[in-house]
Amino acid sequence: MSEQAGPFRALVARDLRLSLRVGGGALTGVLFFLAVITTVPFGVGPDLNLLARIGPAIMWIAALLATLIGLERLFQSDRDDGALDLLRLTDAPLSSFIIAKVVAHWLGASLPLVLATPVLSLLLALEPLAIAALTATLLVGTPALSFLGAVGAALAVTLRRGALLMAVIILPFSIPVLIFGVAATRAAVTEPDPFWPPFALLGAVSLIYAVVGTVGAAAAIRINDG
Amino acid sequence: MGILDYANPTRVMRFSRAVKPWVGGLGAIVLAAGLYEAFVTAPADYQQGETIRIMYLHVPMAWLAMFAYALMALSAIGTLVFKHPMADVSAKAMAPLGAVFTAICLITGSLWGKPMWNTWWVWDARLTSVLILFLVYLGIIALWQAIEEPIKAGKITAIITLIGAINLPIIKFSVDWWYTLHQPASVFRVDGPTIYPAMLYPLLICAVGFALLFFFAHLVAMENEMKRRRVRAMQMRAARRTTPLPTTRPAEGAA
Amino acid sequence: MWRGTHLTLNALAVIRGERPLIGGLSVDLSGGDAVALVGPNGSGKTSLLRVLAGLAEPAAGTISLQVDGVSADTPRAAMVHLGGHLDGLKGALTVAENLAFWVRYFGAGPGALSAPDALETLGIGHALNLPAAVLSQGQKRRVALARLLVAPRPVWLLDEPTAALDVASAARFTELVEAHRSQGGIVVAATHAPLALQTLKTLDLATYPPRGPDSEPGEAEGLATALSGDEYWLEGRSA
Repeated sequence: MSEQAGPFRALVARDLRLSLRVGGGALTGVLFFLAVITTVPFGVGPDLNLLARIGPAIMWIAALLATLIGLERLFQSDRDDGALDLLRLTDAPLSSFIIAKVVAHWLGASLPLVLATPVLSLLLALEPLAIAALTATLLVGTPALSFLGAVGAALAVTLRRGALLMAVIILPFSIPVLIFGVAATRAAVTEPDPFWPPFALLGAVSLIYAVVGTVGAAAAIRINDG
Repeated sequence: MGILDYANPTRVMRFSRAVKPWVGGLGAIVLAAGLYEAFVTAPADYQQGETIRIMYLHVPMAWLAMFAYALMALSAIGTLVFKHPMADVSAKAMAPLGAVFTAICLITGSLWGKPMWNTWWVWDARLTSVLILFLVYLGIIALWQAIEEPIKAGKITAIITLIGAINLPIIKFSVDWWYTLHQPASVFRVDGPTIYPAMLYPLLICAVGFALLFFFAHLVAMENEMKRRRVRAMQMRAARRTTPLPTTRPAEGAA
Repeated sequence: MWRGTHLTLNALAVIRGERPLIGGLSVDLSGGDAVALVGPNGSGKTSLLRVLAGLAEPAAGTISLQVDGVSADTPRAAMVHLGGHLDGLKGALTVAENLAFWVRYFGAGPGALSAPDALETLGIGHALNLPAAVLSQGQKRRVALARLLVAPRPVWLLDEPTAALDVASAARFTELVEAHRSQGGIVVAATHAPLALQTLKTLDLATYPPRGPDSEPGEAEGLATALSGDEYWLEGRSA
């Protein structure tokens, strides 16, 4: 058991450490999140009622963009310095490598985003129940975005300058996450709508995308050597 | 090799050349009949009047857009599982056709919606799903364009196509769900559950006609793609020809 | 350290992308063997090493790697070291952290040197606690070679291993290769520079062309015939 967990944990620990070092940019995602949330009121106006209504959607879109943009170099940095080849020289399947990379990235980039959500929500005048629901949906939904982004990141290894194309391809697939995430948050504060059905669907989408993303990213990485 | 052996480029080319005129000719006849029925014989709708006739274009396009994606996903399996070169030729030829069907579906939907809803676009569940399908098609075409090596492009695109095949039903489900959540006051259901036989038969004939036209276009596109690949294969061969260096200067440099 | 190491290539064909590189390569190597891969640019040295490492699939033929005491199910990738053009070091981590990661990731195994000892052997013990980013190219290469010592594996696949090394370091590297061979390991190195190794086999990839000479297109064959001919072929596919 520990034999199997060894390489996995080693890789997660290494990537987390790298993201915290100079040039790692662990907190850039949170800064981006803050920047988007700060910008929106200048576009829609300072009406707190309006902001409270569209707040969950703004936060979700900001999280979506932060995740997808932040993931672009998930595999590319390892490819650029040759580590990607070496990391594949194990008896573990490629999918466990993908999962380790995504887990490390989620812990280093998405989790801080989730933790920052309660504070940043105050800027958009969300009420406490909505803040709790939003934080919970981001916690459950961002893994789906990370795994989806991993496919894009694996494509970016092949495409080199494919960041924009990657977003074009991945964004449509992230629509269900956005729909259920925002719906669950809204349902928590809107009386007749139940919170749990969209929340459960969000969890289901996360699970499906974890599988699809892992398999897809592994296949894309392997093809690079075809 | 079995059945895959029948799908080598030479045989496909020969088959395509033999079958193409028949498919195209039959398609033209069926479509002409269908469109005649649709625009002349079929009755106008008691509520929508003559605008109902857009349906004979709009609905077959929606069907074919999905049908083309299903075929593209099958081709993707052919590429990834059977590693068959004709599979990605087929998939590559399919993508622009599917995108065109989707685009026509969206345009006709918009034209149809204008008199109904008095706006060019509504975020109706069906239209929105088709719009997303259109986006996916465009992404796949862009991906084909972005990778120079046809074989690598074929495999990468096949992966995305299959991810799309898994995700599109999820997207469809979520969009339907989203739409019922935000149900506007009352939207006129343009295609209700019942349809009169007088309208159904022209619709089916049109659909068959467009499908034949689609197969015809697919054959033409596949032939073109095979020619393109042959040119590339020739170029690769030409590049491999080795010119011996003058013996006085030894070859140097990194591998 | 290793017994019964056997690396057998049988009728191997290598294609990179659309480019057929190598065909009909059959070689039988056993513990203690060292092979220098030579050949002109683009002859497939790097691609062959990647195929041997299990990173890419051969277009045809088989590769088998057996080591006594290692399960036959073990993928080849877990039994080889690959030393490429790039060193795989993270500049933001110290040399010690870099090596510690690879030890945890690969597993140390029997006969492994500690990271300080391995670095000492390669003459860069002083760099242990420095960030890898501040090292010179040659120093980085030596840290990369230290990876082979802290997590021993029976087969070394090296791509221009001495490229960035000075004369003294190259000599030390040669000693390490000899030590690895004496322990029953196999070394396959793509190189332009001559390696001062004992009983070195040389494998000239130019003698394993992807196809027979008669498959070269004739002069008259041009784009015009390409478009009109009835025979279509698609390069870069395995049968």
